[in-house]
Amino acid sequence: MKQITQVLEGIGSVVQLFLRSVAYAGTLPRQSARFIEQCYMIGYTTLPIVAVLSFFIGMVLALEAGYAMEGFGAKEFIGSLVGLSMARELGPMMTSVLLAGRVGSAITAELASMKVYQEIDALTTMNIPAAKILVLPRLAAVLVMMPVLIVIANIVGWFGGSVTARYVASVGISPESYFAALRHYTKFKDVVNGMEKAEVFGFVVVLVCCDIGLNTKGGPREIGASVTRAVVVSLIAILILDYFVSKLLLF
Amino acid sequence: MDTLCSKTRNPFTGAEANAVGVKVDHVRKSFSGVEVLKDISFDVQPGEIFVIMGPSGSGKSVLLRDIVGLEIPTSGKITIDGLDPSLEETRERIRVALVFQDGALFNSLSVYDNLALYPREHRAGDENAIRERVMHALKILSVENAVTKFPSELSGGMKKRVSIARALVMEPQLLLYDEPTSELDPVMSATISEIIATLKNEYSVTSIVVTHDSSLALTISNRVGIIMAGQLITLGTPEELKNTKDPRIVDFLNPKIDIEHPRFKNL
Repeated sequence: MKQITQVLEGIGSVVQLFLRSVAYAGTLPRQSARFIEQCYMIGYTTLPIVAVLSFFIGMVLALEAGYAMEGFGAKEFIGSLVGLSMARELGPMMTSVLLAGRVGSAITAELASMKVYQEIDALTTMNIPAAKILVLPRLAAVLVMMPVLIVIANIVGWFGGSVTARYVASVGISPESYFAALRHYTKFKDVVNGMEKAEVFGFVVVLVCCDIGLNTKGGPREIGASVTRAVVVSLIAILILDYFVSKLLLF
Repeated sequence: MDTLCSKTRNPFTGAEANAVGVKVDHVRKSFSGVEVLKDISFDVQPGEIFVIMGPSGSGKSVLLRDIVGLEIPTSGKITIDGLDPSLEETRERIRVALVFQDGALFNSLSVYDNLALYPREHRAGDENAIRERVMHALKILSVENAVTKFPSELSGGMKKRVSIARALVMEPQLLLYDEPTSELDPVMSATISEIIATLKNEYSVTSIVVTHDSSLALTISNRVGIIMAGQLITLGTPEELKNTKDPRIVDFLNPKIDIEHPRFKNL
C-alpha cells in the first residue's frame, strides 16, 4: 500500500512540475541562452554514443535476421526488418534509454546538488521559480533534439545493418538489395511514428529526472540515491510507455 | 521603536519603499513527530534589527526558514506585512532576501552572474543598469575584485560577503541572515556586523539575524530573542539581556571554560 501511495505521489509530483513549467512557456524566448546550452547538452554530447550504439544495433539486427531468415530463403528481406525495427522501435527506445543514462542522470545530479546545497531555496527566496529557469529550457531542448537524434540513430543503424549484410559471409546480401528492401518496406510514416515515440520518452525522462532532482532531501549522500532512482524510474517509464504509445500509434 | 524608520531606502536609487514588519504568532513546527518549535510568538518592527540567539539545534534556522516561507509552520501563523510568506504573490509584492549560512551561491555561475540573476529575471533595467547595480553592491561589501570568480574560488568570508551583496541587489524590504558570522575570524565577523548595522542605519532595511555571536547580538541589535529547545525563553533589548539574572541566559551569554568539571574526569 505504501509503495502504491509513493508511485501515485511521484506521478502527481511530475504532473505538477509539468504544469508549473508549461505555465512559464511564454518566458522561453528570453531564455534562449539556457535553451541553447541545454540543446548542446542533450543533443551534441549524446550524439557520439547514440551513433556508436545505433551502428552496432543495426549490425546485430542484420546478423540475427540473416540467421533467422536463412532457413526459409528470405534473406532479401533483411533490409526491411532492420529498417522497420530501427525506425519504429529500437531507434527511439535505445536513444531514450541512452538519454536517461547519459543526460537524465546528469540533470538529476545537478538539480539534487542544487537542492542539497540550498541553491533551489535561494532561487525560491528570489522569487525565481526552478520550474521556469531549470526545467522549462530542458523540456524545450529535449523536444527539439530528440527528432534529430532519432534521424541520426536510424541512418547510422541502417548503415550498420548494410555493413553486416555486405561483409558477413553468413548474411551475404548486396547493399543494393538490402537498401532496396529497406526503402520498399520502411515508410516515412514509420520514421515519424518513431520520432513521436521518442518525443514522448525524452520528455518524460527529462521531466522525471528534474522532478526527482528537485525533490531530493537530506545531505550529499542523497544525490547519488536520487540519480539511481531517476535512472531506474525513467527506464521503467520508457518501457511501460512504449507499449501504450506503440498501440496508440498503430491506430 | 520610535527611532526606527517606516521606509526603506533603495541603496541604488535612493527611492523609498515601505519597510515591512513580521508577526510570528504561536508558531509550532514538527518534523516526523518531533516538535522543533514550541509556541513561538514575537513581532519584528519595520526597520528593526531583531536577533535570534540560542544553542545549536534549538530551532533558530527552522524558524528563519518558516519566516521566509521555505517551510510552513505545523500550526500558528507567520505574516510579513500581513501576508503569508510562503505564497508566490507575497514574494511578488514584498522583497525578502535570505543570506544562507553557507552562502548558497550558484556554483555554476560567476559572482557577477550570481548577483545579476535577480535583476535579469525580474527585468530590473537594461544590462548597463544591472552591471552598475551589481558593481555597487560588490563595492559596498568590498568584494568587487571577486566579480569574475566562481564561488568555489572564494574564501568563507568572501562567500558570506558575496551572499550579502546578492541579497542587497534584490533591494530587500526584509533581510534575514542565517549565522552570518559563523566560520569567520573575529575581524571579518566585526566587518559583517558593521555591514548589517549600516544596512539598517543607511537604508532602514528590516533585519532578522540568527546567530551564536553574542558580541554581534548585543552590539547592533534593537532586540534579542533567545530560543532554547524550541521555546522562546526571553525577548528584550541588549541592555535588558546584559542585566538579566536568569542563569540560563547568563550561562549562554558568558560561557565559562571549566576543565575541572566532573564530566571530564572519565575521559
